Amino acid sequence: MDIVRIPLGEWIEGGLNWLTSEYSVVTRGISRFTQTGIDGLNDALMWLPQWALLAIIVLLCWRASSIRLGIGAGLGLALIWNLGLWDPMIETLTLVVIATLVAVIIALPVGIAAALSERLYRTIMPILDFMQTMPAFVYLIPAIPFFGIGSVSAIFATVIFSMPPAIRFTTLGIRQVPVDLIEAADAYGATRSQKLFKVQLPLSLPTLMAGINQTIMLALSMVVIAAMIGADGLGSEVWRAIQRLRPGDGFEAGIAVVILAMLLDRLTQSLRRSRR
Amino acid sequence: MDETHNVKIQVRGLSKVFGKHPKKALELRDQGLKRPEILEKTGQTLGLSNIDFDVHEGELLVIMGLSGSGKSTLIRCLNRLIDTTEGDIVIDDEHIPALSDKALLECRRRHFSMVFQNFALFPHRTVQKNAEFGLEVRGISKSERFKIARNSLAQVGLDGWEDAYPNQLSGGMQQRVGLARALANDASVLLMDEAFSALDPLIRKDMQQELMQLQAKTKKTTVFITHDLDEALSIGDRIVLLKDGEVVQIGTPEEILTNPADDYVRRFIEGVDMSRILTAENAMRPVRSTARESDGPRTALHKMRENSIDSIYVVSRERKLLGLLEVDAASQAADQGASTVLDYMTQDFRRVKPDEPLQNLFAMFSEKSFPIAVEDDQQHLLGVVVKGAVLDELARAGDQ
Repeated sequence: MDIVRIPLGEWIEGGLNWLTSEYSVVTRGISRFTQTGIDGLNDALMWLPQWALLAIIVLLCWRASSIRLGIGAGLGLALIWNLGLWDPMIETLTLVVIATLVAVIIALPVGIAAALSERLYRTIMPILDFMQTMPAFVYLIPAIPFFGIGSVSAIFATVIFSMPPAIRFTTLGIRQVPVDLIEAADAYGATRSQKLFKVQLPLSLPTLMAGINQTIMLALSMVVIAAMIGADGLGSEVWRAIQRLRPGDGFEAGIAVVILAMLLDRLTQSLRRSRR
Repeated sequence: MDETHNVKIQVRGLSKVFGKHPKKALELRDQGLKRPEILEKTGQTLGLSNIDFDVHEGELLVIMGLSGSGKSTLIRCLNRLIDTTEGDIVIDDEHIPALSDKALLECRRRHFSMVFQNFALFPHRTVQKNAEFGLEVRGISKSERFKIARNSLAQVGLDGWEDAYPNQLSGGMQQRVGLARALANDASVLLMDEAFSALDPLIRKDMQQELMQLQAKTKKTTVFITHDLDEALSIGDRIVLLKDGEVVQIGTPEEILTNPADDYVRRFIEGVDMSRILTAENAMRPVRSTARESDGPRTALHKMRENSIDSIYVVSRERKLLGLLEVDAASQAADQGASTVLDYMTQDFRRVKPDEPLQNLFAMFSEKSFPIAVEDDQQHLLGVVVKGAVLDELARAGDQ
């Protein structure tokens, strides 16, 4: 006998269609807002002459970490400039920065709430598992009906994909604060918010920064993939190289991604370490 | 102790059950079951059962028990870091179990400072900022709390370390910061949860001394938790002995040593180094005979012969100890026809106060083996200690 196939896909599509039509005003609003942000940051970074931005980044790396990181950053960025990938690199950087910003803004309060409420924690953790293990490409598909082809959809997919570590690490950081310190705060009559801001958050900062570092890395990888739905940047260079079967171009853009990734990673890690 | 002391905290019928069905556990408890049976039947742990005691204003009360006796639970019930299941705790007319969350915050701020076993210092704050914590939480102005905290850090001997971080300090110094944090807060009761247990023995002794001095000076009501009977005996004004969540005995160190309530307490005491706790007073004997300042040498000699002793203490009319007369000196005085013995006395003997630890007396017996004179602050002769008595007393204490 035939077993009726469960129409899971149809249900999801129906739900998404309903969301798209019912909330088109909202999605269009978000879309316009995000696009403005992207364009603004992009224009600002592009407006600076290449050498000036390069110098700023080198100085930043030097100050925040070491002269070695500064030199490395200078060499890497000079290579990207030389290969003619400066503008796509800036576009990618913009997407990463904005996606990370949005992800962290959402993740911090959610992570804190999950750390303080056992029930919320148990609700959220499976959702995070789902978000992280779902193949990243899948997020791209519903992004298009929501926000159309382009950078905003890329940001949407990237935020969903890169947010879980920030939430997880925030929760972890706060839960790791030793009980006796919480007890001490309680014993001296600290309110919940005093406890949070004077004890729990400062003590979870290193873990929290590790989460943000992870989020940045995931955002970068997703922003590259998002080229498939029309996001600008280094990803679209790779995508073009694939379509034209030009491995040389592909590797050039790929190496630029690697340089950007290492730069962002080392920079955020050193920010984390410089905290006590 | 006099009976007029004010009661600071009253603990009445306090019980604590860990688990989801405390009622059931308490019912079984009332039927006379003990902790292990209750755990087996209901899965509930009876942490504390029917605790009654008072904390007097200005005293240092030690709550003493082995691990699992419920002492840590008990101290946390006092400031409600742990909610009680049954019973009442009253501090200055406030019923702690009945307080609303907001009132509880106020109560903790006003009444309780706490010092923790593992220090519980905030690693991201400097020593100064740690000491300020209680005041900061209470909303005291920046300049004022800076001053107060600096002051209390000086009190515990940490001047110059204000800008260090806790991980740069030794264990003993860290606990001083913990103490300074508690002192700066100036709450009416100081709770100390095994505060010195994590320190090494020498530093621990120092800290005990300092705490006692501090406490004597400030008269701060202090509740001190420990698992160490030696510590309890040496610092406590009174001791509450806990066993399996129940009070076994309450009393002064003296009362507990001399009059243990049951076998459990007795076994405990066996482990104590008795010579440290027993004092000259315990081994002291009344003086069988003394010479008066008006006595002539012949009277003194007669008294010595009568009691078969070869030296005698000479006292004034008010029984002030004047000196010691040896039999040779007395006969010499008699030969020379002296009318009093005052010029023939020697001062070559030891005088101690009644609270001198017994172990210190051992070293004092000279080869001549004069009895040691025990005198009060006005030099009145209270009694003597002979070498044999010290050993007797120790042997007796060991046998108990």
